[in-house]
Amino acid sequence: MTAVKPAVVAASKLGLTFQTNDGPVQALSNVDLTIGKGEFVSFIGPSGCGKTTFLRVIADLEKPTSGSITINGMTPEQAREKRAYGYVFQAAALFPWRTIERNVALPLEIIGLPKAEQAARIKRTMELVNLAGFEKKYPWQLSGGMQQRASIARALAFEADLLLMDEPFGALDEIVRDHLNEQLLQLWAATDKTICFVTHSIPEAVYLSTRIVVMSPRPGRVTDVIESTLPRERPLDIRETPEFLAIAARVRDGLRAGHSYED
Amino acid sequence: MKALKPSWQAVLAIVLCLVAAIWGAMSVPEVAAGTQPTATIEYPYMGTKGLMYGIAIVAAVLSMFVLVPALEALILFAGSTTVALLLLHGIAGFEGTARAPYYLLLAAAWLLGWRCVAVLSSMKPSSRGLATALKLAVPALFGVWILVWWEAVTRGAGIPFILLPPPSSVGVRIVNSLPVLWADVNQTIFHSVLIGYVLGCASGFIAAILADRFVFLRRGLIPIGNMVSALPIIGVAPIMVMWFGFDWHSKAAVVVIMTFFPMLVNTVAGLAASGHMERDLMRTYASNYWQTLAKLRLPAAGPFIFNALKINSTLALIGAIVAEFFGTPVVGMGFRISTEVGRMNVDMVWAEIAVAALAGSVFYGVVALIERAATFWHPSVRGG
Repeated sequence: MTAVKPAVVAASKLGLTFQTNDGPVQALSNVDLTIGKGEFVSFIGPSGCGKTTFLRVIADLEKPTSGSITINGMTPEQAREKRAYGYVFQAAALFPWRTIERNVALPLEIIGLPKAEQAARIKRTMELVNLAGFEKKYPWQLSGGMQQRASIARALAFEADLLLMDEPFGALDEIVRDHLNEQLLQLWAATDKTICFVTHSIPEAVYLSTRIVVMSPRPGRVTDVIESTLPRERPLDIRETPEFLAIAARVRDGLRAGHSYED
Repeated sequence: MKALKPSWQAVLAIVLCLVAAIWGAMSVPEVAAGTQPTATIEYPYMGTKGLMYGIAIVAAVLSMFVLVPALEALILFAGSTTVALLLLHGIAGFEGTARAPYYLLLAAAWLLGWRCVAVLSSMKPSSRGLATALKLAVPALFGVWILVWWEAVTRGAGIPFILLPPPSSVGVRIVNSLPVLWADVNQTIFHSVLIGYVLGCASGFIAAILADRFVFLRRGLIPIGNMVSALPIIGVAPIMVMWFGFDWHSKAAVVVIMTFFPMLVNTVAGLAASGHMERDLMRTYASNYWQTLAKLRLPAAGPFIFNALKINSTLALIGAIVAEFFGTPVVGMGFRISTEVGRMNVDMVWAEIAVAALAGSVFYGVVALIERAATFWHPSVRGG
């Protein structure tokens, strides 16, 4: 059913081998994946399964060594030059010498938007992530959750259709995480963006996604792709329904199958 | 509740006063006067001896009653300063004649001063202005007591002027030679040091940016910069005099050589200080080299660059003064020091040293203040 939508990310036989001092490490091998417009795709798997590497390949932060990948029909490099995506890192990576507002303005300054347009976008995205009133604070004056929200605002202000998120809530506590997950879903519903989301957490992946990509390490590969049958409207207590638990169980099985204990 | 709160400084001060009083004569003439009661021999502290002991002991005793800290500090300050001033005043004209009680009494006064500083440092004033005043008062009192000891020992023991002049004569010399000192400061600080500092720091900074931009420069320039920084200043200075003449230009050139390298290495290290994630972030924005430099890497390098600026502020002063030993017009702090040493005018040498210390501190302080304002975001400045 996703095939009818235009592909935002299309990877075929994608492979990436890092040359390290201990010999080559296959971070990605034979990844075939198409992500359609408006999808929320989660990548889940143990450390070293290549989920972050895949995100970084989409973002042109790593170059694949085999296979092909296109973003909106372009190479990753062209897509990056065209500013086709916003990227949210594991840590907020806000610049401590800039106020929250100036941090959100950073990508806009680099694009060279006029000041009025910058101000309008800052106002809009700060409200979207519930940070209105904190514009003049410095990052180190805010809590970790607020910092991460500011970094999401920064990625949103970019107004790219594709949002790449690499374990953005990994360092936050459970309650803050739930809250941000809920906000992220609302935001996704409001903006109709395509989101690629890397996570360690099964409940988070199931709660957020329309599709869950299960990956396994050595070599990093896709072992299962699970379509979510949950409705788009998802209150937090959907996590107690049998439907949710069934999908979570399938993800867990997929993770277990991909886990090799031989070595 | 007890009415007394003994402090070891006050107790020891009283003990020292008693020992000094029992010891007897404070100076050699006083001993002579004691042995020849009929002769009229002038000796120091004829009328003030009892007064000094009295003030010291009364201040020490009063300070041990439970008082508000401000009053206690005031009593200690008044007592210790009065005794010290009387001691210094009385020894004038009798240099080199002091006996043990003179030093014991000085030590007692100093202990009271010590106690005063201790009380002041433990005070927690409510208003900001008062807190700032206290912050300044404590090191000032500390410095004053160093000068008092210096003055008292040089006069009391009659240390030859050429070895160590008392600070009062250095002070008199400073006041009497203000025009000369000003001309020297103008030549050395405002020309050699400042111009050399600005040129040296700026060229080190630009070289660091170029070294960052072009790999071959990084490979080639840094080892050569390293070598330049290892050049001995006393070898370079005469050559610079030959190249750039006797005036301040050659001294500024020495300062440039001395300040270039610290700026270069610190800036190169600072440019590597921004995190991978931040740089990846700039890459995802398709930010070009100069944008990344201006918006990420230079601000992140700020603390390193200011480190270099602070190191260089002292290096520049040393370089300029030493360089003047190797040929200069008849003005300049280094020139003055080298010639006045030759003419045995050590008080002038000390006057130049005092001015250089003051100028160096002000220079460093200004750079440090700018640093605080510019890198307010850094954990070392914002404290946490």
